[in-house]
Amino acid sequence: MEKSKVMQKEKFGEKDFQTIVGNLLRYGVWISLSVAFVGGIVYLMGHHSDIENYSVFHENDRNIFEVISTIYNGVIQGNGESIIFFGIILLFLTPVFRVLLSLFSFILEKDYLYVVITLIVILIILISVSFGFSH
Amino acid sequence: MTVLTFTLIMILGAFLAGFIGSLSGLGGGIIIIPLLTVILGVDIHYAIGAALVSVIATSSGSAAAYVREGITNMRLGIFLEIATTIGAVCGALLSTIAPTSFIAVLFGLTLIFSAINSLRKKEEHIVLESSPLAKKLRLNGTYPSHDGEVISYGTKNVLGGFSMMGIAGMMSGLLGIGSGAFKVIAMDNIMRIPFKVSTTTSNFMMGVTAMASSVIYIQKGYIEPGICMPVVIGVLFGAMAGAKVLVRTNPKKLRIFFACLIFVLAINMIYNGINGKI
Repeated sequence: MEKSKVMQKEKFGEKDFQTIVGNLLRYGVWISLSVAFVGGIVYLMGHHSDIENYSVFHENDRNIFEVISTIYNGVIQGNGESIIFFGIILLFLTPVFRVLLSLFSFILEKDYLYVVITLIVILIILISVSFGFSH
Repeated sequence: MTVLTFTLIMILGAFLAGFIGSLSGLGGGIIIIPLLTVILGVDIHYAIGAALVSVIATSSGSAAAYVREGITNMRLGIFLEIATTIGAVCGALLSTIAPTSFIAVLFGLTLIFSAINSLRKKEEHIVLESSPLAKKLRLNGTYPSHDGEVISYGTKNVLGGFSMMGIAGMMSGLLGIGSGAFKVIAMDNIMRIPFKVSTTTSNFMMGVTAMASSVIYIQKGYIEPGICMPVVIGVLFGAMAGAKVLVRTNPKKLRIFFACLIFVLAINMIYNGINGKI
């Protein structure tokens, strides 16, 4: 009887976790898109009659922290492009939160094999961020 | 073209791309790239960046529903994300040094491969026995069928699937696509996972895979806000409209039509790539 109770509890936890992850993904997408949309309106109000020049690629080599601080300053000044970029960054962060949430859930479940697997995924993402330092 | 005209055309085009992507099962990202480069003359790096952003948006949006229904195998997804993220970082780094014509040709070939793959007959096959490594990693699972029955399945050939996922991740980082076709092959054909589970788990993994390459894209300037904003909004709403239509129609004839359309776009990209026009 004790055993079946434990199993039931575990199952409830799994279902709960699915709901939380599902909600995180859904709201993450809608919040970030709303921010990008607002930024788009601001951007278009100021630049609607500019001539676009997207056929030529301007390669950048800025590290990610530089980009983020530029965006931060731009958002404060109400720059449309920066607000769009901020929305895009929020969108990129949604899956990161999802991975952190999985890590947390595996720790709660004491599933240490999957704690390690999730940590490896996080490590790879951190390595990809740190490529910015090498430039 | 003024920014306003361009934005309006982009929203419309991205809506169509999302719509076709969802009906054909190819995903919006893979259609937005030829649309931007071949038809609107946008540089392929910006197109790749915008496609990646729309891939994250649509995959997270649809993954949300599947995760809540309990179809997605999250353990399997997280385990395979090791392979896709490593692949994605390598692919993104490669894209910063690869010549544009190479990217265009490779993209065209991937497009053809994905279009043919979308026409393949999908049969539900279920293996019950898992391989020893799959047992150790607890990759077997269950999912609810249409009538609410719980179906159990096993998993085979973990290493083979893992390697194929590495390639899928690399294509994703190199081309800014979700590479669903490669992911489904890894899970469906190699690991013998039921189709319903493999498609939803592939969707679940796309966000993290794309995220791994997005940092490099941001640093290199692939992400152009003026292009990404209309693209991501258009693709997302197009995909939602497509999903609604899909429930009511038989997509078989549509799939053949779209596969032909995509084939033409792919040939166009390869031709322009070889001639150095992209």
